Amino acid sequence: MDAFTTPLLAGAATGALLLIAALGLALTFGQMGVINMAHGEFLMAGAYTAYLTQQVVTNTDISILVALPVAFLVAGLLGLLLEVAIIQWMYRRPLDTLLVTVGVSLLLQQLAKDVFGAQGDPVHTPGWLDGNVDVFGYHWPYRQMFTIVLALAALGALGALLKYTAYGRQIRATVQNRDLAETMGVSTRTVDRVTFFVGSGLAGIGGVAVSLISGTNPNLGTTYIISAFLVVVAGGLGQLKGTVIAAFAVGIVTAYLTDWYSSSMAQVVTFGLVVVFLQLRPQGLFTVRTRGLA
Amino acid sequence: MFHSRSRLATGSVLVLTAALSLSACGGSKSGESSSAESCVDTSGDTIKLGFLNSTSGAMAISEQTVRDSLVMALEEINADGGILGKKIEPVVEDGASDPAVFAEKIEKLLTGDCVAAVFGGWTSASRKAMLPVVEADNGLLFYPVQYEGLEASKNIYYTGATTNQQIIPAMDFLKSKGVKTLFLAGSDYVFPRTANKIIKQYAKELGIEIVGEEYVPLDDDDWTTQVSKIVKAKPDFVFNTINGSSNVGFIKAYYEQGLSPETSPIISVSIAEEEAPAMGKDVTGQFAAWNYFQSVKSPTNDAFIKAFKAKYGDKRPTSDPMEAAYTSLYLYKALVEKADSFDVDKINAAADGVTFDAPEGTVTIDGENHHIAKTGLIGRINKDNQFDVVWSSDAPIEPDPFLKGYSWWDPSGE
Repeated sequence: MDAFTTPLLAGAATGALLLIAALGLALTFGQMGVINMAHGEFLMAGAYTAYLTQQVVTNTDISILVALPVAFLVAGLLGLLLEVAIIQWMYRRPLDTLLVTVGVSLLLQQLAKDVFGAQGDPVHTPGWLDGNVDVFGYHWPYRQMFTIVLALAALGALGALLKYTAYGRQIRATVQNRDLAETMGVSTRTVDRVTFFVGSGLAGIGGVAVSLISGTNPNLGTTYIISAFLVVVAGGLGQLKGTVIAAFAVGIVTAYLTDWYSSSMAQVVTFGLVVVFLQLRPQGLFTVRTRGLA
Repeated sequence: MFHSRSRLATGSVLVLTAALSLSACGGSKSGESSSAESCVDTSGDTIKLGFLNSTSGAMAISEQTVRDSLVMALEEINADGGILGKKIEPVVEDGASDPAVFAEKIEKLLTGDCVAAVFGGWTSASRKAMLPVVEADNGLLFYPVQYEGLEASKNIYYTGATTNQQIIPAMDFLKSKGVKTLFLAGSDYVFPRTANKIIKQYAKELGIEIVGEEYVPLDDDDWTTQVSKIVKAKPDFVFNTINGSSNVGFIKAYYEQGLSPETSPIISVSIAEEEAPAMGKDVTGQFAAWNYFQSVKSPTNDAFIKAFKAKYGDKRPTSDPMEAAYTSLYLYKALVEKADSFDVDKINAAADGVTFDAPEGTVTIDGENHHIAKTGLIGRINKDNQFDVVWSSDAPIEPDPFLKGYSWWDPSGE
């Protein structure tokens, strides 16, 4: 039984992390056609926020909880800054955004190295997350459950935002047909900025979860960014349902492959599967019907 | 995906550049290296030495510590009158954590700046990139870090440990503790794979069973699945050859799933005084194998620590690679003084048996393979993130980079 449960539970936690990271990417790509390679650095910003919060709020038991909203704000504002300073000039030019954000990504990494040092700093796990529960022989860490809860909460909040708020309606309108939405009085500029803020903020929350695995280090974002893109592409663009399923699928498949073969082999096979998958279903798992011209 | 492709492109450009620069240097290798081409100027009051460490990029955090101790050794030697009466004039370069840059810079130091010797390098990749250059130019390189062995060059002096001075003593220690089962955890690249190949063969000889072997790529920090295998295998000990920040993910997952020094203790070969406090977990009770710890008791080490802290601050610990770098400059001084010359061939001819009373203890150069005899130490991490020495080899261990003296070693076998 444990040969089956271990990868399932560990993979679900990895999937949850990928989900938080991919949500912001899916939003900005679906809505604005922006490929943001600097998104991983918003994760990094979240992790460093967790570290800095722990320096200020020295009670480890609550510092992580304090870090969550702060990381959302810090990463969100960083995203907003990127949007205002650079991205807004190149909407609908995915390749240009790709190149520019790779540059921004390297810049932010080097900045983190210069400010915090290359080795990284530890983030201490709060006492109530430090432990595990035995599930059919797998010592399932509380930290992994916390990550899954966090991802589902982020997903729920985002879903509610899109479904029940005026802003959510405006996003959906902008995704479906930007020009028409604009003639109906939607300020798509504002919608874009808010979307960028929310998407980056979510990555910040993901960064707090990552910091509980590995602490901080300047390269932390690069570890997750490619898998997160994988999730976005496999899930279908602008589709929350697809992103969720793809995130957990990638996480769990990778975990089983890691268990059967090795971590390096799992990466190879996962990427191979995605190549095959994109041949068969280039539009991703689900497609959104759009009246937009792009 | 685009990202990885662009990385691949950059990577191949760098490899090409390196290959080109190496083949360009290869041209000067003609004839017996009589050092006739040497442009080292020994007529003045100073002698130029090159310091080539990464002060930028991923390795900067480690290599900066080596640079710091080299600078300290240089100042001490200069204050004491220099080498053969000449003050050392340092020429410093940044290897930028990039093997191709290391190859380029050492070429520049040897043929452009005409330095008498170069001190530096950390990763095996950087050493492998510098090796053909330093051989072609018949220069000297002093390399200060423990590595996977299976190498010897007449133009390189290795002042860190080779495997029979770190890996094998660690295994002897495990045997002395009555360990029956061992789990291997490493990063997926050359050092851990080579080290584990040696460990597996020696384990067979010692009657220790390997109950698992797991690798994770260097840039991956999530060790939960692998650690769950350790939980199931319940080994007496875990042998850790993980490098860099990946150690943090490993240590966290290890404690998270309920493992501890009481259940399956870890012995590491890359966690030292500077890394131990950065794990995000209290690692008291875990083990590490090195040739030097700050806690080593000797008057030489006391003076070394005191000088280092006076220069760089009380909070800076001393560690094995920085001690090996410090020692390498003094060994160079001793070599030159014995040869009574800065000439590479004369130095090599005089090398055998040159000694220095280093902080780790007295070290001696083996003229055959250019490694040094070092004492194998096992330390146990205490509450202050210092290492209490719990095991030591009886005497300094003669370096044997190709493991010729070990009958169980079969380089072609598994």
